Amino acid sequence: MESISPELAVSIGTLRLPNPVMTASGTFGYGREYESFVDLGSIGAVVVKGISLLPRPGNPPPRIVETACGMLNAIGLENVGLAHFISDKMPYLRTQKCRVIVNVLGDSIEEYRRLVEQLNEVAGVSGIELNISCPNVKKGGVAFGTSESMAHSVTSAVRKVTKLPLIVKLSPNVTDIGAMACAVEEGGADAVSLINTLIGMAISVKTKKPILANTIGGLSGPAIKPVALRMVYQTADRVKVPIIGIGGISTWQDAIEFILAGATAIQVGTANFVNPRAVDEIRAGMTAYLVEQGLHKITELIGAAKK
Amino acid sequence: MELCDASIVKIEHMTPDIVRLTLQAPPAVVSHAKPGQFVNLKAGNGFDPLLRRPFSIHRIKGDDTLQVIFKIIGKGTNALANLHFGQSVSLVGPLGNYFQIGEAMCLIGGGLGIAPLFFLAQTILKKKPKANLKVILGARTQDELTCFAEEFHALGVKTHLATDDGSLGHHGLVTDLISSILDDGVDWQVCCCGPHLMMKSIASICRQHKWSCQVSLETMMACGISACLGCAVEASPTNSKGGQYLHVCQDGPIFFESDIKWNR
Repeated sequence: MESISPELAVSIGTLRLPNPVMTASGTFGYGREYESFVDLGSIGAVVVKGISLLPRPGNPPPRIVETACGMLNAIGLENVGLAHFISDKMPYLRTQKCRVIVNVLGDSIEEYRRLVEQLNEVAGVSGIELNISCPNVKKGGVAFGTSESMAHSVTSAVRKVTKLPLIVKLSPNVTDIGAMACAVEEGGADAVSLINTLIGMAISVKTKKPILANTIGGLSGPAIKPVALRMVYQTADRVKVPIIGIGGISTWQDAIEFILAGATAIQVGTANFVNPRAVDEIRAGMTAYLVEQGLHKITELIGAAKK
Repeated sequence: MELCDASIVKIEHMTPDIVRLTLQAPPAVVSHAKPGQFVNLKAGNGFDPLLRRPFSIHRIKGDDTLQVIFKIIGKGTNALANLHFGQSVSLVGPLGNYFQIGEAMCLIGGGLGIAPLFFLAQTILKKKPKANLKVILGARTQDELTCFAEEFHALGVKTHLATDDGSLGHHGLVTDLISSILDDGVDWQVCCCGPHLMMKSIASICRQHKWSCQVSLETMMACGISACLGCAVEASPTNSKGGQYLHVCQDGPIFFESDIKWNR
């Protein structure tokens, strides 16, 4: 019997991805950092480091600390800023024939809108991911991602100015992530990605002080996978738009679990730091699993854990 | 830079907690390595410890062997120290920039910071055999210094030694020795690696004498390939890159001291 290679392609709104393995923002630089290790064109989509209108220097060090099966980071959204990203990072990405999703962050709805308006005009940008875990400076510094009404407002404001596929990345540091997902779906998001990092901290017993200069940071890595998986599973019942699963995915088995929980695609984050070829290995493992299971399409598995 | 498996040729305890690890790695790694660069190692596929551990290259032999030296401090170094001959580690490297070499070189190392200076001395002897080379090494005790000093002697390089407890060489700090060893009329290029305070003091001495000073910095690091931006250090207002922070994996680990903000 002839074996036919299974279909890995998935759709996120109008965006067709050749496979569901994406990179998570902040763990893959601007793509080029990984050129020695992977063919960027073979990745489902490259989600670049979060971009703000103006460059940000980031937080003082120490910025990271390893924890059991994970790490805490408080990078502070260091990035080169929109203009530099467009002039210096995008030309290379265009040569790689990869799907580029630009993660954007702002301090106000106006900033998000301006970022996306400018990205509309940039060749090679395949989609937008809104990082709404940032504080809304005009609303007393409350994170956009912790209020349903603010998350809805920023999503609908951006929706009005772009036809690009729009993903909203959700914070797990809320009471009901499903309600947040509904709010941004209502606001016009084409997909939701979850989860961003869980807020945590570490204290040095030697200095008796917090290790991170920022005191608190975002926990990522295998330690958060069960939490992320549960959130994807529960959110899958609440929204019609596709879910992109994120949180500690390090192996193909992890990726398949998220698909079974209801994710259409997944993002690999912290694992890129440990294994710069993680995205390739995960994609290959998923393909082998489909063959072994006698499945023709990855989409057959989406949400199968519920059926 | 490469991602590869490197097999363990030898694993030696220089003291109960200082380990010298000899690895066989592809020529693409070893033959491209320059003194001051590092490799990012991980033992096994486990999640705890999760991240790789960066180590500066101590020595290269031929085009397929390299050594690193580390102290067993936590989970990562413990996992590496428990490996055996024939097992392998995952290696990413060589990473980062490297020391600049001139005609009058002074290498100053403290503790485990001596490790990369041996590769530097090897390279100076090869590339600039007529260079004026001075080596000052310090450690807490004789046990932690003898092993390194012997390696330099085998290379035919004279060393000036200092220990905190006076058990070998000068009783005190490496910085006490600098003025008696380096003559003022010479345009020294100082390269140092060791505890932060030691490098800060050396940087200050070099500024007074108008000697150039390269320092090798160490930080927590997740990726080593400038993707995570976790290895930031504060830059001096006059630093050559112009930003508020520098990244050890990409802008370093070797920096001219004038690029670093030292007042911490």
